[in-house]
Amino acid sequence: MQQLKIFRSLVFSGVKIATQGNTTYHLWMAFLTFFMLLGAYCFGIQLDQGLSATGMSDYVSWGLYISNFTFLVGVAAAAVMLVLPTYVLKEIDFSKAVLIGEGLAVSALIMCLAFVTVDLGGPIRAWHLIPFVGVFNWPSSMLAWDVIVLNGYLFINITVPLYILMCKFQGKEPNKKFYLPGVLISVFWAVGIHLVTAFLYAGLPSRPHWNNALLGPRFLATAFAAGPSLIIIALAIIDKFTDYKIATNTFRKLALVIVVAAQINLIMLVSEIFKEFYSPTHHSSSAIYLFFGLHGKHALVPYIWTAIGLSVVATIILSIHKLRNNKTWLYVACVMLFVGIWIDKGMGLIIPGFIPGAWGNIHEYSPSWIEIGVTFGIWSMGAFIFTVLAKVVISIETGSLRYQQTK
Amino acid sequence: MLFFNNKKNDDMPADQTGKESGCQSGNCSCGKKDNGVQQVMNKPTDRREALKKLTAGFLAGTGFVAASCSPTASDDKKEKTQLDWEEFFKGNYQLMSDDEKQSTVNRLERLYELNAGRKINVTATGPLEDVLYGYAFNISKCQGYMDCVNACVKENNQDRTSQMQYIRIHEHQNGSMDFELADDNYYHEVPAVGHFYIGTQCFHCENPPCVDVCPVKATWKEKDGIVVIDYDWCIGCRYCMAACPYDGRRFNWATPEVPKEEVNNEQHYLGNRLRKKGVMEKCTFCIQRTRNGKNPACVEACPTGARIFGNLLDPKSEIRWVLANKKVFRLKEDLGTEPKFWYFMD
Repeated sequence: MQQLKIFRSLVFSGVKIATQGNTTYHLWMAFLTFFMLLGAYCFGIQLDQGLSATGMSDYVSWGLYISNFTFLVGVAAAAVMLVLPTYVLKEIDFSKAVLIGEGLAVSALIMCLAFVTVDLGGPIRAWHLIPFVGVFNWPSSMLAWDVIVLNGYLFINITVPLYILMCKFQGKEPNKKFYLPGVLISVFWAVGIHLVTAFLYAGLPSRPHWNNALLGPRFLATAFAAGPSLIIIALAIIDKFTDYKIATNTFRKLALVIVVAAQINLIMLVSEIFKEFYSPTHHSSSAIYLFFGLHGKHALVPYIWTAIGLSVVATIILSIHKLRNNKTWLYVACVMLFVGIWIDKGMGLIIPGFIPGAWGNIHEYSPSWIEIGVTFGIWSMGAFIFTVLAKVVISIETGSLRYQQTK
Repeated sequence: MLFFNNKKNDDMPADQTGKESGCQSGNCSCGKKDNGVQQVMNKPTDRREALKKLTAGFLAGTGFVAASCSPTASDDKKEKTQLDWEEFFKGNYQLMSDDEKQSTVNRLERLYELNAGRKINVTATGPLEDVLYGYAFNISKCQGYMDCVNACVKENNQDRTSQMQYIRIHEHQNGSMDFELADDNYYHEVPAVGHFYIGTQCFHCENPPCVDVCPVKATWKEKDGIVVIDYDWCIGCRYCMAACPYDGRRFNWATPEVPKEEVNNEQHYLGNRLRKKGVMEKCTFCIQRTRNGKNPACVEACPTGARIFGNLLDPKSEIRWVLANKKVFRLKEDLGTEPKFWYFMD
């Protein structure tokens, strides 16, 4: 009962904190709200017309939504990069960043679930997916696995930080015995969510572009490059706009994680390109279409070269110690890497998996405005959730928000 | 949530549960049955089954109350609302008892009558004993006339607006079997000189990858080898579409439209009954015909006799003769999907 009362107080004061701020904060939230509403409007149109409102077709049957879903699973998984050293290895450098990282994971996961839901032909029938209520094709379907691991990860990433916040809210020191098991599980779980998501594609022999043992490891490498990149950007903004100061060392260690992951990613990219182009077979058609165009169709060519260009330049910047330790360069490199990997996961992986189609014909894909609107809406929702969570976390961490017994 | 809600209603009166399976309208075809109360009360049930029933009954009741409390709604509208409600909360077809199958069929027929003012005949005929369907395609004979495609569209009530077609006819240039170079969207007189034609559709694999990947078991292989979809259970994630190596599956990107007078009234629950937007569909070997001993529409329509269909378990069937006496092959055999669709040449 007591705990419930404290939780209620936390929620109420949290809402209060989240609704107060300076003009910049309000403008930011208004901006996000506008795009959320726009997204909801677009989704309304899509619900009415069906998925024909999107750019997808019988040939390219997954598009922008599933691309973003795949990318965001990686972002969510990357929160573990902060969790592990802080809670388990007693590395205190990250402690200030870790709750922020977990907030990012929660927002990313909610966005993942939203992207999957808007991609469904019958979102109203999504209850068929709930174990024991609907019918769950487990363990056969990787999508069923994904439902379990994503929701499980969401659960862990809500409960562990919530426990810590509740303790800090009361000015108590969190008890390691309670949260360490959760943390340890979440470390393995994070790797699991991204591997399972990779297996979802890699397990389909019908799509040679995905049916590739390197897909899972490469997903992890890109996740651990893109996720911490986003965390660095978020921390930089927090560092600039709030009193919550992040130690330079935190940025440096995060940047180290990113550079290692980005380098491994490039090695794997080179392996893939070698395999596809040294002895091209029928199974290389997707790669040929992606990188150079095929039969006069080349919609994806600019995307993949932009993605590779961004990733390569960012990796070079990060690999040079002098540049990496310069915050301006670091931020630029992080943004480049983040955008590069985002393009790579969608236009570089999901879409070309469908082109050419099963019988070799090429039907190109470009997202419709409705699709783009919904996508913006969901990203805004994620940013909105993250902003609220971060604001509450910061207030508690800095001690400005405490539970008042007398209340 | 709904599930827990209902636990509190363990003592719900039986007459409310009865509404789910009993006949409300009196003008449908289930008149010979016991009334709903007896059906429910006389059935042996375990706890899980009982809870399921209560849930369904509770939901049906709620829908009924919601509809009947509206002072403006007409009787038809009230009935329609209730039927829609019961349809929404029905289970996966694979798990339905025969009674449940019959009542959903009755609901579908009644709903169509209420919506369109016309009657249709929906069946839920199960697989026949000792039957495993197989198909053979004679490449030498096919001339690319596409009569099979047109017959298929008409028979199976496919969306006319998007011109959905289950069958694709690939026009190959002599000297190449490379599908990447073939044209499956030709508009010219056939047969074109120097070309040959190969038709593809759902191959009803013995080891179907689409079935493995479906997260909700909305698609499965029936005993007679036909891979079917429960259109009302499909959530439209399109994972099966990505998993099919043969481009055998289609998705309803918008609400499918078939002009009323063109609707084929003889329908099967797992076959050509009218679909809704956002669900998968595909060739079912015309389950509504083949389970009644007829050939699929494509086989019947083919003017050249290139299409052969039959029971693989019957040693005297034509398909068995083809497999025994022709040099047959299948497409993409390296994927291990074991299609029940063979090609051969004279």
